[in-house]
Amino acid sequence: MSLIGQPLPRVDGPDKVTGRAHYAADFPADRMAHAAVVQSTIARGRITGFDLAEAEQVPGVLAILTHRNAPRLGKIPEIPPVDPVGTPEHPLQDDLVLHQNQHIAVVVAETLEQARWAASRVRVSYAPEPAVIDMQATLRHARPASKDEISAKPGNVGRGDADATLASAAVTVDSLSVMERENQNPIELHATTAQWDSDGERLTVWDKTQWVQSCAKHLGAAFNIPPERVHVIDPFIGGAFGSSLRVWPHTYIAAMAAKVVGRPVKLVLSRREYYGGTGARPWTQQRVRLGADRDGSLQAIRHEVTAENSRYEIYTENVLKATPILYRCRNVDLPYRVALRDVNSPNAMRGPGLATGVYALELAMDELAVALKMDPLALRLRNIPERDQMKDLPFSSISLEQCLTEAASRFGWDRRNHQPGSMRDGRLQLGWGMAVSNYPAEKVKATARARVTAKGEVHVATASSDMGPGTWTSVTQVAADTLDLAMEQVKLSIGDSALPMAPVHGGSMTISSIGPAVRDACEKLRGAVYGAAGVNTGDILEIARRIGRDFEAEGAFDPGDLEERFSMEGFGAVFAEVTVDPDTSEIRVRRITGAYGIGKVVNPLLARSQCIGGMMGGIGMALLEQTEIDRRSGRFVNGNLAEYLVPTMADTPALDVTFVPEEDRNVGGLGTKGLGEIALVGVAPAIANAVFHATGKRLRHLPMTPDRLAMA
Amino acid sequence: MNTQDSHTAPAPGVTLLVNGTRHHLAIGPEVTLLDALRERLNLTGAKKGCDLGQCGACTVILDGKRVNSCLVLAARAQDRPITTIEGLAADGRLHPLQQAFITHDAFQCGYCTPGQIMSGVALIEEGRGHDEAEIRKHMSGNLCRCGAYANIIAAIREAAART
Amino acid sequence: MQSFTLQRPSGLAEAARLGAEGGEFIAGGTDMLQLMKEWVRTPDRLVDLDPVLDPRIEAGPQGLRIGAGARMEAVAVHPEVARIAPAISEALLESASPQVRNLATMGGNLLQRTRCGYFRDAGVAACNKRRPGSGCAAIGGENRIHAVLGTSGQCIATHPSDFAVALVALEATLHLAGPDGERDMPIHHLYRTWDTHPEQETNLRPGEIIAAIQVPATALSRNARYLKVRDRAAFEWALLSAAVGLEIDGGTVRAARVAMGGVGTKPWRMRAVEAALIGKPANDDSYAAAAAHATEGAVARGENAYKITLMPRVLARALALAGGAA
Repeated sequence: MSLIGQPLPRVDGPDKVTGRAHYAADFPADRMAHAAVVQSTIARGRITGFDLAEAEQVPGVLAILTHRNAPRLGKIPEIPPVDPVGTPEHPLQDDLVLHQNQHIAVVVAETLEQARWAASRVRVSYAPEPAVIDMQATLRHARPASKDEISAKPGNVGRGDADATLASAAVTVDSLSVMERENQNPIELHATTAQWDSDGERLTVWDKTQWVQSCAKHLGAAFNIPPERVHVIDPFIGGAFGSSLRVWPHTYIAAMAAKVVGRPVKLVLSRREYYGGTGARPWTQQRVRLGADRDGSLQAIRHEVTAENSRYEIYTENVLKATPILYRCRNVDLPYRVALRDVNSPNAMRGPGLATGVYALELAMDELAVALKMDPLALRLRNIPERDQMKDLPFSSISLEQCLTEAASRFGWDRRNHQPGSMRDGRLQLGWGMAVSNYPAEKVKATARARVTAKGEVHVATASSDMGPGTWTSVTQVAADTLDLAMEQVKLSIGDSALPMAPVHGGSMTISSIGPAVRDACEKLRGAVYGAAGVNTGDILEIARRIGRDFEAEGAFDPGDLEERFSMEGFGAVFAEVTVDPDTSEIRVRRITGAYGIGKVVNPLLARSQCIGGMMGGIGMALLEQTEIDRRSGRFVNGNLAEYLVPTMADTPALDVTFVPEEDRNVGGLGTKGLGEIALVGVAPAIANAVFHATGKRLRHLPMTPDRLAMA
Repeated sequence: MNTQDSHTAPAPGVTLLVNGTRHHLAIGPEVTLLDALRERLNLTGAKKGCDLGQCGACTVILDGKRVNSCLVLAARAQDRPITTIEGLAADGRLHPLQQAFITHDAFQCGYCTPGQIMSGVALIEEGRGHDEAEIRKHMSGNLCRCGAYANIIAAIREAAART
Repeated sequence: MQSFTLQRPSGLAEAARLGAEGGEFIAGGTDMLQLMKEWVRTPDRLVDLDPVLDPRIEAGPQGLRIGAGARMEAVAVHPEVARIAPAISEALLESASPQVRNLATMGGNLLQRTRCGYFRDAGVAACNKRRPGSGCAAIGGENRIHAVLGTSGQCIATHPSDFAVALVALEATLHLAGPDGERDMPIHHLYRTWDTHPEQETNLRPGEIIAAIQVPATALSRNARYLKVRDRAAFEWALLSAAVGLEIDGGTVRAARVAMGGVGTKPWRMRAVEAALIGKPANDDSYAAAAAHATEGAVARGENAYKITLMPRVLARALALAGGAA
């Protein structure tokens, strides 16, 4: 029986439940020194001076670095697909302040307490310049994103004549919505431990990163050494959700500090420091206009997004990626605008772009269903696309209809009274809403190595990572399955930049990319062992032992021209039930059903976990999460985990996950489409539409907190 | 074990009783229990997620009660029994809740997991492990950003039924 | 945190003396350590109250006596507390997390500082609580959680304790120990409102320590209820809350105690609401009519305007709960 498709427990489970799994801040080193950053308290301007007298008197201080004495960094590269367009922060290199909570100095001391204490005593003087923070003011200067800025975002291509069609359409809706900035807020704090070899030529870094090899390249460039001399290690990532895609300024700072003091240095950002030290899902405003025939056939879509950005980089994302393919429609217009303000650059957060865009699109679709007096499910079913009209390609497979009908059936959608405000549970208003989910099935080049030793041990290696989806387990499954071994007979290595090349661990493409590379390596290994023994069957461990030497094989995956032949997309459908307390305006999610067509499911146990996690993330996005930035100063007003609210166990509804069978022979590799992002994408709009159904009030601003409902 | 910080405040320091072993640390009163465990004793199972008692990743059992070790001064934990995730498995055998976490896939990234398990062990001791509503309410001090809560509930119920 | 001296007094009197000499008190430490780690407070001397505070919870004919050293969790699950003053159990069980409740003391709970994000960010220049005279960044800022009652141009911060709201409704008395001896203080005298000095939050004298809390046992206390409104279902301070006790006889309200949290600069006793209830039939119409008085004098400052909208609805619901509705 194939191991692929089996609900196997995590191979890293025992390490994780005993505290033996080591994350970036968990690696000990002899003579470790501790670092703490000093952050800016203005949003824009120049640093005019530092008063270090008090800080230097704190016992145990080894060094204080500012732009005046820090080592000079080389140019930090832009590595696609992660880095935005522009000039990234080069920390401690000049006197410019670009945003609040920017790292402007670092203190290194014997102990963590001393480092933080001294950092708190660094006095900074500034020449502030006027900053624009308030989004309403920022929007007045919004401009279209340039071609360069959105070059990698194919969703931005429209077709037909949306404006003219909207003007003559039988039924139209015009839906404006806003989503606040969200922070990924993985529970693991961002941390870097850096150590230079005694000759100062080699750097070892334990870093919280989703891409060890990109981290090595960035550090190599910054410190003017070849990337091979930078060893980045991160076997376990304590969640990331996009927050560890880029190499953030503190990683360079830790390496600079280690270089200056000649000792290993550990730098852990506090939760408050994290808000300015990394990125966030951008604040967005979207306007979706739909035009349809009386029978619900879509004729035109105009979907415009305006997204916040910093002034030093432009980050755009796939907000408009789903709109031109999700529904059959001839006329589509997709303007993307950017609004620059004096904040730190936004970046990708789980379901980047699509989570934002599908929210607005599905809100508008719900409004269209109301305008048409039509079941929202029937409206979706009427507009299911036959092919990808944007790329003008067939889908490798599409199970949207099956997802919709399967989820609707499991949810009991046919018992819905479509009249808003009509359903009750005692005092509570009850609402049922639904939305479609979608994420591209991305995959890129990857490599792997497989080895069997003369002792009969199998080692498989690739430089990928595991931030939680289960790479450790699913890749072991692929290797064990290919080699016809038991799971415990395969020893996997990941999370190390010295291992064979692997892509960024993000964008739901890990198993689709490294899975087939590992399979290829294992097939080649088996071929090499059989070839040496002159057999074409048998246990490779036994044969290797008998022959008495090691065998090794390199494997690779290259998607080749797949992208030119097929549009590869995962689809899903999400149904949600909410209660609304009419006295308190509290909204609670009671249950969610999701059905997904995502190709091959390698491990249904872990896949379900991904999906229930995406649902919880969607609940946060819909009801709780917003990064409050003071509109005058740019300070993060809720820069913690007490007032930046993520869902708790008490917020957990009944969660029902199902995968519709989807054997996709066109999608390549293992037949997988990826799952991490699509699990989140449709959740918030399903909840938002359920809130409308419960109350008859259309909340157009995420999160839907009691204050917004009370004032709606 | 005797760990020295070269520049910290005065002896006599602090004696901690962790997982049945006594450790003397030459640390001052400003060191939290969490930082004493992680940075002085190399017991990195307790995690730092917020350092402000807002996430639960640092949960340990102190005097039989679950607490945020980031909100305890090590000096005030002097000579009081402390159990961390490293001390939970007896003789190499996993605690029933540790095993149930694996069975029910009650984690993804694993970072909040030591805190969840320590909190869950205490919750079961408190007699709150059998009722789902009680579990949901009284496990809400442990944030899980991967959203594994539904599986954590299942794991706690199973372990509670067995203990 | 910075280095400091931890002083360990042998009794309350010594502790009070050390406090009067400028030492800062620490009890459970759950709020103090947050403030110290964020550099909002930087004491160089801490006086450890933990060994000298009374942790006992006692029920007698007069009601409950809760030692200020009792942990929130111990009080929350105490059967006599649930019997005599269920609003206290409810308020505590809806507060913080079990881990925090196992550390935090009752005295410390009453003296925890506001959750105002401008107060808790030492990188913000304008905060009259942190730096008297520097201004108030919350006015005109992100003030969704801020107060609509008792505010001034100096400060609009709320007091975050749920427990204190229940105590105000139940007319609890604080037993204080100070350098000059002991005294009793009604709970509603503990907190100050501020026109000019928001940094002065309580009427405690230098060195004075909350030693115990006395809660009278009455028919009112036994059916009082606590209702808390928040974004998520647990582990969050209140956006709004209400503690309500009603004495109903023959379908008529004979006595009422009403307090609200999350709306005022201190736990807010709603005397006009109470007056409007007396003698009225115990029904939803009376509750709604009385609850409308809750917003008298309320001033919105932007994002907290919804509190004025929600106050009557939330209070009417709490009255219905205390009146025996499901």
